[in-house]
Amino acid sequence: MKSKTLIKIENIIVERSGVTVLDIGELNVQQGRILALIGPNGAGKSTLLLTLAGLLKPSQGTLYFQELPVDTNVGRAILRRNVAVVFQEPLLLNTSVYKNVAMGLKFRHLSNGEIKRNVENALDYFGIRSLTKRSAKTLSGGEAKRVSLARAFAIKPRLILMDEAFNSLDPPTRETLIDDLRHILEETKITAVLALHDREETLRLAQDVTVMADGKIVQSGTTSQIFNEPDSEFVASFVGTETILEGTVKSKNIGLMDISVAGKTISAVGDFLPGQNVYCCLRPENIIVSKEMPEKISARNVFGAKVQKVIRQGFFYKLLLDCGFPVVAYITMPSCDDLGICEGSVISASFKATAVHVMRRE
Amino acid sequence: MELIFQGIIKAFELIVSFDSEVLGITWLSLKVSGIATFISLFIGVSIGTAVALTNFWGKRLVISLINTGMGLPPVVVGLFVTIMIWRNGPLGFMEILYTPYAMIIAQAIIATPIVMGISLAAIQNLPSNLRLQILSLGASRLQMVWVLIKEAKLPLLAAVMAGFGGVISEVGASIMVGGNIKGYSRVLTTATVMETGKGNFDIAIALGIILLLLAFLVNLLLTQIQQRQHPR
Repeated sequence: MKSKTLIKIENIIVERSGVTVLDIGELNVQQGRILALIGPNGAGKSTLLLTLAGLLKPSQGTLYFQELPVDTNVGRAILRRNVAVVFQEPLLLNTSVYKNVAMGLKFRHLSNGEIKRNVENALDYFGIRSLTKRSAKTLSGGEAKRVSLARAFAIKPRLILMDEAFNSLDPPTRETLIDDLRHILEETKITAVLALHDREETLRLAQDVTVMADGKIVQSGTTSQIFNEPDSEFVASFVGTETILEGTVKSKNIGLMDISVAGKTISAVGDFLPGQNVYCCLRPENIIVSKEMPEKISARNVFGAKVQKVIRQGFFYKLLLDCGFPVVAYITMPSCDDLGICEGSVISASFKATAVHVMRRE
Repeated sequence: MELIFQGIIKAFELIVSFDSEVLGITWLSLKVSGIATFISLFIGVSIGTAVALTNFWGKRLVISLINTGMGLPPVVVGLFVTIMIWRNGPLGFMEILYTPYAMIIAQAIIATPIVMGISLAAIQNLPSNLRLQILSLGASRLQMVWVLIKEAKLPLLAAVMAGFGGVISEVGASIMVGGNIKGYSRVLTTATVMETGKGNFDIAIALGIILLLLAFLVNLLLTQIQQRQHPR
């Protein structure tokens, strides 16, 4: 990877009343990258964020920020001045929106003019300039969230840490906020570590993913690595069995796109422009498996597939297929016997263009 | 019945005529209780905040002690202060027994736990992550504490009201350490006790009304400030 490490954890152990709540051998966050922390509740995501923010002192191990160990006063001061945390709750003070967003800048003793400029910039980023004079107590949940984000961005941090920032927002509010946040992160190039809740958020925002459980890192990698090559049953069950493929739109013709995925072409419905990087998501129940290449079929996508693995799951089998790219399919036990499918057999897999869920990828 | 009626008429006469003695007593009451509340505010808010924000062994015991202190009997405080500043007492050299200074000390001792207990609860009631949020925006510890105190200003105003209300209406300690000396350490409560004892109910009622009015005005002022923060 070309980019430099911004923050690094080495052999950190965090204890709370004698119990180890975080035990991390190594974690690197590259400059300018967006890392998602995912895992079940109590996995240690919030603890890790607080540790990265320098707000929680590990009982062992070292945190490095810009290659400088944070256990010295100088290191801690540099970290504290360059990091901003956004908590799950907005945690606004009972005063105006302006004063809330200005808070971090006041702590830095900036001049009033500079504060005003930065606050207005941050409010503009999140499209809430009109709220400037409002009392924070009168805001809606989505507005409050935007103010707390603007407050964090106003100090122009090198690193922003967010703890399940989209929880408790209604779906439309959440959707637009995720889009806005992605644009802002792209534009500002601020490195971000986000504790996230669901796969959709993760795919839309993150470039790298770290899966956590019981205070430990289970797997780290790029988003598509984690989603397509989970190296344990735990990660697989957590990220789901959906197939997620990285592709690039080749051409578009009246709502039907040709997407190039690992040298093959997938037809999908959607409205992305040629050249755009996308994720193609396929649900296993939408994959039709047959012994030979079907001749007349409405599905636009037909691929030859080699069965890599057959996993029994209750009353059906889960097939891991290799079509030049990995695909997961479900098949009932009788069909599996009829078709005589076993590991190593060559079959064909087809799916409709409408079954491909296409998402934007950075 | 007539007694009360006469008392009320006399009271209004005294108030409307700006009787110099009554005026002096009222002014001293305000001064002593105001200064005592002010002192208790400093000590109470700083210790209350410190206890709320730090974790130490025996914290619960300390909080229980503070809460018990909120109901400190004024006569016990009076007794304690008298012993301390008695001619042969440890602080006897200050020669402040039977002076307004002694009253201020006694009243501050009564008001401090009240202010402390309420500010402690106020700071503890703030969202637990707020401290971390403020620190994470680059605040120093001192800046963080200051923001928290400002954030808790409404309950802290309630603490001021409760503290002031407690000491302006208190009589036991004031009479013990102040001595109710005419024109020197006589305040509204001690004067009311004395006049009632002498059977001068009219004057006693007048003083009582003034005391009530005073407490009402101060609370009205503070409530105004408090409610200004709550635009409907």
